Amino acid sequence: MTEHDITLTVNGTEHDLTVEARTLLAHALRDELGYTGTNIGCESSLCGACTVHLDGEAVKSCTALAVQADGAEIRTVEGLADGDELHAIQRAFQEEHGLQCGYCTPGMMMTSVELLKENPNPTREEIREGLEGNLCRCTGYQNIVNAVENAAESLRSGAVADGGTVADDPTADDPTTTDGGESK
Amino acid sequence: MFPDEFDYYEATSVDEAIDLLAEHSGAETELLAGGHSLLPAMKSGLSSPDVLIDVGGIDDLHGVSVDGDTLVVGAMTSYSDLLDADAAHKHAPAFAAAVGQVGDEQVRNRGTIGGNLAHADPASDLPGAALASDATIVAEGPNGEREIPIDDYFFGMYATALDPGELVTRVEIPSAAGAAGAYAKKPSPSSGYAMVGIAALVETDGGTVTSARVGANGVLDHGVRLEAVEEALVGGSLDQESIEAAAAVATDGIDEAMMMSDLQASAEFRATLLEAYTKRALRATAENAAPRAAD
Ligand SMILES: Cc1cc2nc3c(=O)[nH]c(=O)nc-3n(C[C@H](O)[C@H](O)[C@H](O)COP(=O)(O)OP(=O)(O)OC[C@H]3O[C@@H](n4cnc5c(N)ncnc54)[C@H](O)[C@@H]3O)c2cc1C
Ligand code: FES
Ligand code: FES
Repeated sequence: MTEHDITLTVNGTEHDLTVEARTLLAHALRDELGYTGTNIGCESSLCGACTVHLDGEAVKSCTALAVQADGAEIRTVEGLADGDELHAIQRAFQEEHGLQCGYCTPGMMMTSVELLKENPNPTREEIREGLEGNLCRCTGYQNIVNAVENAAESLRSGAVADGGTVADDPTADDPTTTDGGESK
Repeated sequence: MFPDEFDYYEATSVDEAIDLLAEHSGAETELLAGGHSLLPAMKSGLSSPDVLIDVGGIDDLHGVSVDGDTLVVGAMTSYSDLLDADAAHKHAPAFAAAVGQVGDEQVRNRGTIGGNLAHADPASDLPGAALASDATIVAEGPNGEREIPIDDYFFGMYATALDPGELVTRVEIPSAAGAAGAYAKKPSPSSGYAMVGIAALVETDGGTVTSARVGANGVLDHGVRLEAVEEALVGGSLDQESIEAAAAVATDGIDEAMMMSDLQASAEFRATLLEAYTKRALRATAENAAPRAAD
């Protein structure tokens, strides 16, 4: 058995930790570092509940070794909101009832954020294709697609910045509030 | 689900990877690329290597470039990075189309071109496309570098012409900028892997097909070219009638006894899919031919 000293920067905070070679990124985040917002569902790369951003890309953290992520920037669902200010995607899931039990939601949102970064104006079909790797047992997906459309609209209109500043917020014009707080 | 214990080494160069492979040749050793075939197999206990050599971070093995008439794809280039490269769509339309249909977004962000072709899963999307694209697999080992033409590369299920001490360093694809290509796939309803997948690359001159390469996944235990279809296409035009005629010979030359048959699909059903998806791939190729000709 080999152990490895690694550094993970999670939501902007640097963590040094020692992991077994076989420790999965999902377990390092949840069990070692306490980022339990990342859910583990199928454990077999299929459900997407464990999706996080690894250097800006959505990945299933149950299918990556923690050692492979040494030195990487990771963003989990805990890193979406800016303090008390919800991220556009979080507000949209809330407004559109994009969740029931909520188990799939962290992964759904992390994949959606990447989708909207690559394609700010997706069709409903493109949203469904983009979320192909995330399963939901509750909602029937309609409201999830509605939520992603809603978030796309508010992000495009600039009403809600990536990081969650809303239009009727007096600080909305302040350029320093337009960043999600993610250091990349 | 945890993998069994193993020793992990990170190679920072191709030479270091080759040295590590030689050093650990006595143990059960696996290279780790994107990990999207290997880690699921290790977690489910199907594979329990003693040593993993991570080659995913070797800088030289990343990226897509054009060298003269050749598209060069670093073995550790992820599917997403290939899809982001305009050159891949321009020079390797059939290959890029197949890459776009692998798994889902998260899988495409992690899995690699070289890992896929080294793994040689018969239900994978890339073998057929690599065959249709006339790719060359470039591998490096203790005796230096060698080029393996794709027609000599796939041996069987998870079996290729690679030697144990070698790693794939890049995939070279002759430019098909003047051709049209497409990939048509019947995904497994559960796994999303290809039950059958057909890649086609067709060149036309004044409406007449001058060359055609068609590769199939999910039919035999390794990717295979549909030579009867290729022959039927050349000399004709890519219209509805000739597409029907070419697809009708899709199973010609394929030994029925060797056709894959499993829980997903019987050999008989695969034969039916083979014809139907050959038709779809060729129709899509014909549709793609029009705009490319206008470029
Ligand atoms: C949920 C899910 C869905 C998927 N769906 C599809 C699909 O629809 N279509 C499809 O084609 N694939 C699919 N895959 C598989 C995926 O494409 C894998 O990424 C691919 O098969 C292997 O590439 P990798 O980089 O992940 O390799 P790894 O898993 O890291 O390695 C696979 C094997 O190749 C060997 N290897 C890796 N790199 C090299 C190298 N440079 N030289 C020599 N040997 C090497 C390794 O030792 C190992 O034995 C899916 C995977 C998952 C988890
Ligand atoms: S827990 Fe990772 S994909 Fe389901
Ligand atoms: S809300 Fe329950 S799984 Fe999606």
